[in-house]
Amino acid sequence: MNLHQEEKAISVQELIQQKKSKSQNKIKSEKIVPVILLLTAIVSVLTTIGIVVTLFVETTTFFSHVSIKEFFTAQKWYPFSETQGSYGILPLISGTLKVALIAAVVAVPIGLAVAIFLSEYASDRTRRVIKPILEVLAGIPTIVYGFFALTFVTPVLREMIPSLQIFNALSPGIVIGIMITPMIASLSEDAMSSVPKVMKEGAYALGATKLEVAIKIVIPAAVSGIVASIVLAISRAIGETMIVAVAGGSTPNLSFDVTSSIQTMTAYIVQVSQGDAGYGTTIYYSIYAVGFTLFIFTLFMNMLAQFISKRFREEY
Amino acid sequence: MSTLVAPKKEAADSIFNDKNLHAKNKVYQTKELNLWYGSNHALKQINLDIYENEVTAIIGPSGCGKSTYIKALNRMIEMVPSVKTSGEIQYRGRNIFDKRYGVEELRTKVGMVFQKPNPFPKSIYENVVYGPRIHGIRDKKVLNQIVEKSLKGAALWDEVKDRLQDNAYGLSGGQQQRLCIARCLAIEPDVILMDEPTSALDPISTLKVEELVQILKKEYSIIIVTHNMQQAARISDRTAFFLNGEVVEFAETDKIFSNPTDKRTEDYITGRFG
Repeated sequence: MNLHQEEKAISVQELIQQKKSKSQNKIKSEKIVPVILLLTAIVSVLTTIGIVVTLFVETTTFFSHVSIKEFFTAQKWYPFSETQGSYGILPLISGTLKVALIAAVVAVPIGLAVAIFLSEYASDRTRRVIKPILEVLAGIPTIVYGFFALTFVTPVLREMIPSLQIFNALSPGIVIGIMITPMIASLSEDAMSSVPKVMKEGAYALGATKLEVAIKIVIPAAVSGIVASIVLAISRAIGETMIVAVAGGSTPNLSFDVTSSIQTMTAYIVQVSQGDAGYGTTIYYSIYAVGFTLFIFTLFMNMLAQFISKRFREEY
Repeated sequence: MSTLVAPKKEAADSIFNDKNLHAKNKVYQTKELNLWYGSNHALKQINLDIYENEVTAIIGPSGCGKSTYIKALNRMIEMVPSVKTSGEIQYRGRNIFDKRYGVEELRTKVGMVFQKPNPFPKSIYENVVYGPRIHGIRDKKVLNQIVEKSLKGAALWDEVKDRLQDNAYGLSGGQQQRLCIARCLAIEPDVILMDEPTSALDPISTLKVEELVQILKKEYSIIIVTHNMQQAARISDRTAFFLNGEVVEFAETDKIFSNPTDKRTEDYITGRFG
């Protein structure tokens, strides 16, 4: 009884004080943890800066061999020709943009349709089944997609378009489209699902059908997120490497033709780094210039995505 | 019933009202309505009639089923996935749970104003014309007339007529709620359901909405869920008291507040619980 009373006499505040004096370690860890976290943040920032600096330095070296004017205006990309080498990046850019455009044409409608279905029509159960499947699609290694393009899509397409070459822009474009569809679907679905329920209810209460609510309320309210997802996905398509390296060919051409062999910026970098271009040669430095151009492209796209999501946000 | 113990004058009133009751058309007839959220029995054997051109208030403590009931009236409750119902709600003589009854058709006749103002993130103009547009009205002239009439109907026209193209979210909470009422009026419904329409508003905005309800009932039948008993007393003609998913009492508002039949109603309106 006495003991019990003694125990009771110690208040919770006192217990906390006792614990506190014992656990000096806790106070130390409170101070150390933020430092560790800051260090890891600094590592990733430094890496980024390092990459940009390397790209920039090697690119300047390249431009001491080849003039900037030639790089951006020459219409031929013949880096391997010893006698009449030409370093005009336009053919590589055209190859890249063709593939990205085809990918967008495939992925935007399908991705949006999937997003609308998932956010407005699908029951919870259906959503729980479909979303993970989409994420699996996003997790397939791109080399697998590459061979899927080369060994399945290209032959099927050649049945329909006999003039299609074995290496072409169409097939990898379509397959990249399939690859980025889950990205558009998933990010757009997030944007659509975050449209407040009360807003949709307001429309339903006026006798709107599901489709009318989806098209006239949900999409306009989510448009910033949707556009941002599309721009990010296209930026991913521009940066995609393996699929185009496997199925796109290695013939840089400045044209709008999608049936013949192309080369994208990424595929060129792969080609050179696999080959035996010696250190210090113009070809060696050219991959940095191409890489830098690619970096500018994707940086621009990402900034565009950010700008759009700010500019077109419907405030609610 | 309670007329036996009531003073004479009130008894006379009650009889007068009863006569009136038979003269009026019924908009809604609820018969033996039961509703479950999963296994939770939220509405139990509800029998309730709603009369034309009246304001019917539904009061009761939180969780009594009053919001559930009003949302059943335009089938918004079906947006909750696990809802099951039995019994009937007849709107103008047709059972709204009938499979052939299109929910869009019902909601075109029965408008709703929500607890929190929920304008669309569009201009004031676009908010009002949304309803008419989805029902196929495209003529610019007609739409302009609808906007003016609806905003006037919601007592908002004078405040916003010079800035119809401004975003609705620039309006104050009370104005937003009246815009939502205007949006509802734009398709000229038969019934307006109001689910605690003033609970998110300040007293002055609340007063405006209440005054508006008094005007609107000349043309519309209004059913209003409210937490605020004074509000029910001020604006409604008839009041239903819900408790634990049941209708405890349903009568003329005067009678409910001056002379309730059920002890629980009396306890609630005198503030003993809830």
